[in-house]
Amino acid sequence: MPAATATPETRIPGRIELFLTYLKIGLLGFGGVAAWARHVIVEERRWLTERDYAQILGLGQVLPGPNVGNAAVMIGRRFHGLTGALLATAGIYAAPLCILVGLCLLYDRYGQLPQVAPVMEGIAAAAAGMVIGTAFKMTSRLKLEPEALLILLLAALAAAMLRLPLPLIVLVLAPVSIACALRRARQAGEEPSGARTR
Amino acid sequence: MSLLLQILLTFSILSLLAVGGANAVLPEMHRQVVELRGWLDDATFAQLYALAQAAPGPNILVASVMGWRIAGVAGMAMATLGMLAPAAVLAWGMAGLTHRLRGAPWLKPAQAGLVPVAIGLILAAGITMAQAAHSHGVPMLLIVAASTLFVWRTDRSPLWVLAGGGIIGALLL
Repeated sequence: MPAATATPETRIPGRIELFLTYLKIGLLGFGGVAAWARHVIVEERRWLTERDYAQILGLGQVLPGPNVGNAAVMIGRRFHGLTGALLATAGIYAAPLCILVGLCLLYDRYGQLPQVAPVMEGIAAAAAGMVIGTAFKMTSRLKLEPEALLILLLAALAAAMLRLPLPLIVLVLAPVSIACALRRARQAGEEPSGARTR
Repeated sequence: MSLLLQILLTFSILSLLAVGGANAVLPEMHRQVVELRGWLDDATFAQLYALAQAAPGPNILVASVMGWRIAGVAGMAMATLGMLAPAAVLAWGMAGLTHRLRGAPWLKPAQAGLVPVAIGLILAAGITMAQAAHSHGVPMLLIVAASTLFVWRTDRSPLWVLAGGGIIGALLL
């Protein structure tokens, strides 16, 4: 039995598509690779629903390593096992690594990077908006419960304003959030509200 | 122990500490690479961090740049492998675990519980980037706001706002 039974609105990628798509995500991921990964996987290619992707990303977030990199391993495995995990991982890091080697060579030769600062700063500002917009979009599409929204805001506040260490934030908020979600599920009880999950 | 093995080992440990990605582990990376091992000085560490930010992709690749500076191409390979492999193996194991437990009634709610934390931290990353953009002038915040609305309210490719941001940056700054 395949690991991923696609719902009507999603489709399963082939191995080559998996690699090429992650190659694209890595290449485009200036500043906000999480935003690009979501856009390409959920909106453009439709491999996963918003909810499935968010849950994989959530797991990727609490594990060490970049959330999108962890998600690449899990999504690759889901579609094509070990080959898929390796292909997705190779894809997401290949282009950035090549560009980094180029930058390192320039750095070794000139001791600094060529000055394209204003353009890069404009792109960085737009990338900031892209990342914020992605968070808003996921929130509005997932229709989070009030307590989940509160946890979302607390996590954002703790990281962006209080500058608390991320492991600490995850360690405190993840168990609370899981407890809330489990309580909701228990309250929903035998109501067939979960029956939509096919 | 050879230098390359030390690099591999150091970054493997950092990999397992990197809950939340590269920025979470940056202080510990600095402690290991600059203070304990003395592989890089303070100024070089900061410059290499900026260099890594200029490339696309997950910013965990800052480790690769450090490896390069410490021991050339082989150092880069060791640092990259060390930084990526342990976390990837854990993610692989976690994917297997969730697949095996997929019938358990508590799994979906538990996973759903992680979603707000993940989105909150994405939002935080965006706010931090916006604060950095603000330091280049108030007009930058208009780009942030416009880009936020565009990505939130439309399904078009974000490439449009990135290109637009670059053009406005070139004109304004």
